[in-house]
Amino acid sequence: MSTIAAPRTPAPQKRRGVNWEKWGWIYMRVSGVVLVVLIFGHLFVNLMVGEGIKAIDFAFVAGKLSNPFWQWWDTLMLWLALIHGANGMRTIVNDYVVSKAWGRTLRGAIAFAAVALIVLGTLVIFTFDPCPVVPPEQASLLPSFCTA
Amino acid sequence: MSRVSTPPVSQMKASQGGTLYRGREGMWSWVLHRITGVAIYFFLLVHILDTALVRVSPEAYNVVIASYKNPIMGVGELGLVGAIMFHALNGLRIILIDFWSKGVKYQRVMFWTVVGVWVVLFAGFAPRHLMNVFSEGGH
Repeated sequence: MSTIAAPRTPAPQKRRGVNWEKWGWIYMRVSGVVLVVLIFGHLFVNLMVGEGIKAIDFAFVAGKLSNPFWQWWDTLMLWLALIHGANGMRTIVNDYVVSKAWGRTLRGAIAFAAVALIVLGTLVIFTFDPCPVVPPEQASLLPSFCTA
Repeated sequence: MSRVSTPPVSQMKASQGGTLYRGREGMWSWVLHRITGVAIYFFLLVHILDTALVRVSPEAYNVVIASYKNPIMGVGELGLVGAIMFHALNGLRIILIDFWSKGVKYQRVMFWTVVGVWVVLFAGFAPRHLMNVFSEGGH
């Protein structure tokens, strides 16, 4: 039960340094708005247009990732979404995990997963070859523009 | 007791609205926001890993994606997209509560607006997706 501070209690010292919780709070809202646009666009192009999910295979992804527009769309989505999700999970750990050691372990795991997957995803997007050298029996899996 | 006490939810009149995050729409939207958020997070981890297979080989990617192309996963995708739609719309509602001067006053109306827009979006998506999941042939 919190009590009102006694009269003449000195004003609390102003905390110095960056208020990371505030910037986290702002980040959730700013990234959230951008993610609504990016993810709704992603879902519409991949699931609603043409044959939707049925058309998704290597050739489909290669066609998209050979276009700088979708490369940057996906990169921005990757960074914003993973940091947004990791920060949300951090909030949940802070709310429900009582044990200090468990809290530290879980927050560490969340941070590790975020960094590892952001690095992995970014490398995949920018080192991706839509027309890799494949054994002849896999040639049919490549996008149509590779045979030209 | 120095805390300002609020009456139990059951004693509050609908017009009072209660506290924003205690009981009724304010609380349940918060619960749904958490549950959908966690579900989307774990999907995202898997989604990045499976998409990264395009860097391994065309065959590796296609084999894994093919394992998703069945009715059970199709219905799961329906749930996933529904969760994303709710999280997105309710997220916009939260932003309006925080930044719009009348946001708190209209939070309940905005919750039902979220539900209404969700129904419309989902009704647009579900038949289209189920057609693609259950239609024969294709790739």
